[in-house]
Amino acid sequence: MSATGTRPRTGTEVAGSPPATPAPRPRRAPRPGRILLVAVLTAAALYFLLPVYWLVIAATKSNDSLYGSFGLWFDDPRLWDNLSRVFSYDGHVYLRWMLNSLLYAGVGAVLATLLSAAAGFALAKYNFAGREAVFTFVLAGVLLPSTALALPLYLMFSKLELTNTYWGVLIPSVVSPFGVYLCRIYAEAAVPDTLLEAARVDGAGEGRIFFSLVLRIMTPALVTVFLFQFVHIWNNYFLPLVMLSDDRKYPITLGLVTWQQAADRVPELTQYTIGGAFVSVIPLAVAMLVLQRFWQTGLTEGSVKE
Amino acid sequence: MSTSVKPGRARSGTAGRGRRGGRPDRKAWAFLGPFLALYLFAMVVPVLYAVYQSMLKVERSGPMGLGEPSVGFAGFENYSLALQQETFVDGFGRVLLFGIVQVPVMLLLALVLALLLDQVSHRWAGLLRATYFLPYGIPGVVATILWGFLYVPGVSPITSVLGDLGFQPDFLGYDSVLWSIANIVVWQFAGYNMLIIIAQLKSVPQELYEAARIDGAGPWQTALRIKIPLVRPALVLTTVFSIIGTMQLFAEPLVLKKVAPAVTTDYTPNLSAYFDAFANANLYLAAAKSVILAVVAMVLSFGFLSLVTRRQRSER
Repeated sequence: MSATGTRPRTGTEVAGSPPATPAPRPRRAPRPGRILLVAVLTAAALYFLLPVYWLVIAATKSNDSLYGSFGLWFDDPRLWDNLSRVFSYDGHVYLRWMLNSLLYAGVGAVLATLLSAAAGFALAKYNFAGREAVFTFVLAGVLLPSTALALPLYLMFSKLELTNTYWGVLIPSVVSPFGVYLCRIYAEAAVPDTLLEAARVDGAGEGRIFFSLVLRIMTPALVTVFLFQFVHIWNNYFLPLVMLSDDRKYPITLGLVTWQQAADRVPELTQYTIGGAFVSVIPLAVAMLVLQRFWQTGLTEGSVKE
Repeated sequence: MSTSVKPGRARSGTAGRGRRGGRPDRKAWAFLGPFLALYLFAMVVPVLYAVYQSMLKVERSGPMGLGEPSVGFAGFENYSLALQQETFVDGFGRVLLFGIVQVPVMLLLALVLALLLDQVSHRWAGLLRATYFLPYGIPGVVATILWGFLYVPGVSPITSVLGDLGFQPDFLGYDSVLWSIANIVVWQFAGYNMLIIIAQLKSVPQELYEAARIDGAGPWQTALRIKIPLVRPALVLTTVFSIIGTMQLFAEPLVLKKVAPAVTTDYTPNLSAYFDAFANANLYLAAAKSVILAVVAMVLSFGFLSLVTRRQRSER
């Protein structure tokens, strides 16, 4: 059921001429239906692109023409000038936020993926007392909203003096119950027991089996968990908001809102907020476009089992 | 993936392991250990700690309560205090109303887009899918900042175009701002949910469509009778995630607050708890509100899950 998700079914050969290769599937709805289809799909594309398009235009404008010119077209473009101000403002704090976001999301997602893989593998491939109880216990964590958790975390971390440290954001970020859930389902289906047996007969230890065999087999699921967690941490706002008070430790989300909120006092911050948003959107937008195929693979695993 | 599992051998492996006295199975805890330790530390213990904190209160002793403040046991006082706060309860009502409208709209859009994409050529499907999915990569606060500009008269090209056409939309008014927030959430997550549904569509065996076509089913019938029932698990999953997401509504109203006076400090339960903790310095009340929020979210999503699984069972 799942293998089809990875491969583009009709493959790359489609890129040629569509009429030359008749699709094996029933395609081509009747004409009026066809027009409606194209109309709906185009309207949806315009809707999803509108704010992004506005952002691109607005990033090229001066603060004055932001208010004084039509929002959907250029007016005296000056993108480089704008961006260099974004980066140099307040002692290059923007660069700092970018690096912080990268640190939180990168390190957090790698560790979350490894922990989830190990736990998911253990829950799928070992028989031990309390296995199902542990799994249920972890599943409850999937249903717990992460922002309802942020305040309790803050209360506890402030007692432990972990607030306003990198740890305060990193530690909660490496825990992904949903990742464990995906990894368990995936390992159950993809890691053959016979392979584990064979490796054991050959004298490999459990740790070695996990790191050299299992992780490799589980790669598609791990990519999904990594992406999922990376975006989750990158987009997170509430947790860093309650944890951090020093703006040099802020991730990009927190930083941009700080600028936006301060624009009443410092008008040019409006333009910096837009420029900063523009720059911050580029890396993830590119990653989304390139990696969306991987999402599909792993997410099916999760939903099929329901 | 699943193709590599040899049928019949999948479950028998555990029996073979018993020959070595179950030794490998004991290693399971070594694999589980790191995750469980952090799970306990960063999810379970904080919740318990919040429950504990929610039972405390500040007591002042001495004449006229002017003496040294001390922390005492409050029982369920904070809970009843929270539930007596009309604005806090209103916040729940607002979020519930929001969810009842926003979740179906978003999932219907996701489902329609997924089904339509299934009808277009491969090349276009890939490009459009990526376009619809793009907003998911934009953080909620950044999305809100962007839409905020598109809502505010004077900057917004939308209001200026609509104004030229003779409309005077007020996206940030008392009655409309909730739906302006809903629009932001739909914009962000419709493509993500669409992708989950597409993933499930792809897992449908192609012979099924073939058979339907031979039986004379048109694209409409195929969609209604075959595809939609088959993507039901994906719809259940996305609904549960959406319910959880709705309950935690926070960043969008907080950021819009700056331009929309209709958004108050207790517009959503989460905002209310946040402002109690950081503006009113009442950590204990905030803890109680967080616990209430978590319980309501879990009850709703768990309730939904058991509702669908029960109905599914009775259908069979």
